[in-house]
Amino acid sequence: METYTMSNFNNEELEKRFQEKIDKEIKIEPNDWMPDAYRKNLIRQISQHAHSEVVGMLPEGNWITRAPNLRRKAVLLAKVQDEAGHGLYLYSACETLGADREQTIDDMHDGKAKYSSIFNYPAVTWADMGAIGWLVDGAAIMNQVALCRTSYGPYARAMVKICKEESFHQRQGFEILTTLCKGTEQQKAMAQDALNRFWWPSLMMFGPSDSDSPHSAQSIKWKIKRFTNDELRQQFVDAAAPQADILGLTIPDANLKWNEARQHYDFSEINWDEFWQVLEGNGPCNKERIAARKAAKENGQWVREAATTYAEKRALRKTA
Amino acid sequence: MSKEWPLWEVFIRSKQGLNHKHVGSLRAADAKMAIENARDVYTRRSEGISIWVVESNSVHANDPADADAYFEPSDTKIYRHPTFYDVPDGVKHM
Repeated sequence: METYTMSNFNNEELEKRFQEKIDKEIKIEPNDWMPDAYRKNLIRQISQHAHSEVVGMLPEGNWITRAPNLRRKAVLLAKVQDEAGHGLYLYSACETLGADREQTIDDMHDGKAKYSSIFNYPAVTWADMGAIGWLVDGAAIMNQVALCRTSYGPYARAMVKICKEESFHQRQGFEILTTLCKGTEQQKAMAQDALNRFWWPSLMMFGPSDSDSPHSAQSIKWKIKRFTNDELRQQFVDAAAPQADILGLTIPDANLKWNEARQHYDFSEINWDEFWQVLEGNGPCNKERIAARKAAKENGQWVREAATTYAEKRALRKTA
Repeated sequence: MSKEWPLWEVFIRSKQGLNHKHVGSLRAADAKMAIENARDVYTRRSEGISIWVVESNSVHANDPADADAYFEPSDTKIYRHPTFYDVPDGVKHM
């Protein structure tokens, strides 16, 4: 976009004014001056967020053809469709910062950019669709509600839209589990098994502990993040624990209990070794996920080329 | 007389953090003049802090005559709304 500038301050002055704006809760917009590190940090975070939406379609897409009835199938399809849309909003927000969309996607394919570690776990039973909606979307919503107040305007606006659309995702997951828990012994066991497998990876979605989170302090100062990883994780546990009670399921953590003094649930330490292993590419499905995304890009190449050729032909016909 | 100035669509951001919104159009010889005229016409009472202008002939739209059928597919998909789902009594934060 072309802009017509009127002012010319030195960097120090610009940076001071930038932080003043942030402190006063004034949003930063694409054409505003911003420090390079702010731009870089945002591109990293937003593109990773976009990749997560897109890769997130894989475990659920796997179940569309095997949903137990037409209603569940329509719902799951609608949810996966939403995730694709959310990826699009986020890539667009990323592009307002000057990032190249295809480059950010290639960076993910080459392992240079990450996506949420949760999607490197397999979805092996139908109950996993319930656990993913309830826990994975629940954790994502917790994170995204906080990001509705992030300092970068296009990111904040994308978050508002995404949160509004996502409000059904968690409910449909919880509904799947409610139904299974009211079903046969086997169905309830399947729900418990899904919770057992998805609980810890869901807590890992909030990222490393604050003491090990290299970008956290600066992100909080710039108000890119409004809460730390550990604060959001605690909020999530506090919301999910009573929900598990209502389902009649047991969260797989012997140390999980309400702490009256803290007014929060206590819970065990996360297995950080597993977290870093999955992040480094050694989770159960890392290779499969990246292979699927690469194949999607390669196999769709002829469609994009055909569409471009068709558009060129139509333009020619118009001028002829 | 020279040819008529092109038509421009004007979008105003009322404050930082909000979307630009379409407010109207005007004629101007070029983009710079369109922005200046938009400031003078559309922000006389502090309505905005940022202006976008787009040449009107760059705007493409769906055919309004087909709008009903065009947007109908989403009407039947009530399961895209959270109210479609039963949430058991006592469940909070959902």
